[in-house]
Amino acid sequence: MAGKTLYDKLWEAHGVREEPDGSTLLYIDRHLVHEVTSPQAFEGLRLAGRKPWRGDSVLAVPDHNVPTADRDKGIADPVSRIQVETLESNVTSLGLKFFPMADVRQGIVHVIGPEQGATLPGMTVVCGDSHTSTHGALGALAFGIGTSEVEHVLATQCLWQKKTKAMQIRVEGELRPGVTAKDVVLAIIGRIGTAGGTGYAIEFAGSAIRSLSIEGRMSICNMSIEAGARAGMVAVDEKTIEYVRGKPQAPTGEMFERAAEYWRTLVSDPDAEFDAVVEMDAAEIAPQVSWGTSPEMVAPIDGRVPDPAAESDPVRAEGMQRALEYMDLKANTPMTEIRPDKVFIGSCTNSRIEDLRAAAEVVKGRKKADNIKLAMVVPGSGLVKQQAEQEGLDRIFLDAGFEWREPGCSMCLAMNADRLEPGERCASTSNRNFEGRQGQGGRTHLVSPSLAAAAAVAGHFIEPSALKEA
Amino acid sequence: MQAFTVHKGIVAPLDRSNVDTDAIIPKQYLKSVKRTGFGPNAFDDWRYLDPGEPGMDGSKRRPNPDFVLNQAPFDQATILLARKNFGCGSSREHAVWALTDFGFRAVIAPSFADIFFSNSCKNGLLPVVLAEDEVQNLFEQVEANPGAQVEVNLEEMTVTAPDGTVFDFTLDEDRRHRLLNGLDDIALTLQFADDIRAFEERQRREWPWMAERAQG
Repeated sequence: MAGKTLYDKLWEAHGVREEPDGSTLLYIDRHLVHEVTSPQAFEGLRLAGRKPWRGDSVLAVPDHNVPTADRDKGIADPVSRIQVETLESNVTSLGLKFFPMADVRQGIVHVIGPEQGATLPGMTVVCGDSHTSTHGALGALAFGIGTSEVEHVLATQCLWQKKTKAMQIRVEGELRPGVTAKDVVLAIIGRIGTAGGTGYAIEFAGSAIRSLSIEGRMSICNMSIEAGARAGMVAVDEKTIEYVRGKPQAPTGEMFERAAEYWRTLVSDPDAEFDAVVEMDAAEIAPQVSWGTSPEMVAPIDGRVPDPAAESDPVRAEGMQRALEYMDLKANTPMTEIRPDKVFIGSCTNSRIEDLRAAAEVVKGRKKADNIKLAMVVPGSGLVKQQAEQEGLDRIFLDAGFEWREPGCSMCLAMNADRLEPGERCASTSNRNFEGRQGQGGRTHLVSPSLAAAAAVAGHFIEPSALKEA
Repeated sequence: MQAFTVHKGIVAPLDRSNVDTDAIIPKQYLKSVKRTGFGPNAFDDWRYLDPGEPGMDGSKRRPNPDFVLNQAPFDQATILLARKNFGCGSSREHAVWALTDFGFRAVIAPSFADIFFSNSCKNGLLPVVLAEDEVQNLFEQVEANPGAQVEVNLEEMTVTAPDGTVFDFTLDEDRRHRLLNGLDDIALTLQFADDIRAFEERQRREWPWMAERAQG
């Protein structure tokens, strides 16, 4: 009999009951909650006269609607304000753990979960947010759910799920200098497509993945959903265990060692079989820039905007043509000739301390180009912001003409005041380049933090190593 | 949840693949704390020529005449036909609520994103997966004969095209049962409360750190 995959192990450890048709009642250890996808769930609970099954599994935080500037003035948009206030009243009336906007621990839900040790290896983690896959980087089974499921987890601590197939994406070899986790995941999506992982749980493996920090692995798992997979994960190793050690909610002392002993078993067995395996050569991955309106529409920085005329599949060619029109790009334009108007460094994909360090390293001693109307850095949490300020990263950005903001989802999806105007082009470290995602009519190019920083300095896309000496 | 057994209605052809949930309901409408009222803003960016904000009077906006749902008889459609990977992107259930609030009862496509599919089944909006050539066939029939009705039958798991052709589809038994009967998921799960408690007992013994109350 073949060995077990990491996914098998996580799944089996959480099965409460299995029906003959394979539907499994899966136990949920951690339920992250934010203001956008929870109000209707709390209302449903109330209308049915139900209480949370295990309130201590919940960690709630406002992130999508919060302002990233002048926070002491509160939220100007009354509709946004009501949503954040609704979260606060829902969670406080039920006594659930909550970081309000003014708390230094507030931040993007997928940044603060691991930061607080609220999400741990071996856990099942859910949130009404598709980027919940981020937490899989710790060797957890983490996936996004809809609001009906949020209510179901609140009421029962469980979800009915059918086990999906397992895919292993193995990236072997050494990444070239300047190639980051973000480039790896964009290259993966470019290869397998935005539906390539639909119906699968993806395990990212191989020497290139193991060489990444835990934060880098989070950037990769974060975008599993952009490849169609609800869950992405990386096996536990010593880096995982050291990352978790000392986190505020992680176990301590002897309990930590006992937990770590279990966590070390959270790897796929050598003889485990996957339903699909994708192999990639790390050395062939270049820094990536998206050119279209789907995250699979990516090109290497030294490449060109593709030509729909060269595409044989007519439905695909039409999609490409529509994307080029929306993006106002011509086929065969070198990626390095594309000139953004704005630069956004942030989001649950790329707003952790290592992301900010990588961007600051490029920006240091340089200035924002004149054609860049706004370059903003939005740390993923209050604690990331604090850490960055201790390291002087805020000064580097401010001296270069960037804006240094308060933590939140911000211009990744533009639910707060941070957004693109129609026609504006943005170099963004976020995860989605859909039409209108960053503001109606806005045009998004997905890139890594160092490429976003380089674009801000040069005024066009460029490899950081090609920038003039600072 | 509204049960789904058999539904016959007009099909709106939305000839795009990768229709994402940002397109189905743009972010500014997610600020609502209600489950209803999203229909007028379904596909807002494609449906209107002027930018939309919550609270705007829909009758004063400029509809995009080129968008299928602004064209008779498709403005009365109750079945949506689209290309592959429908509902990709964000987990927002608001996308499903926008479609049901518009009046849709079913979406037919060659494939769906996982979270959208699951959300859809929980709101009585039936996601029907047909093969690409069957979807192509339906597009051709509906475009040649706008307003032609299609029947979606969940009991039989069939789609009957305007010309009488019958296409079979599948849905897992558990979801089908819940949809056919419009069952409340939570009440069903709570029948297994003892199993859940037994699991928690075992977890406390084997992995006591998992359920520790977070401090702070």
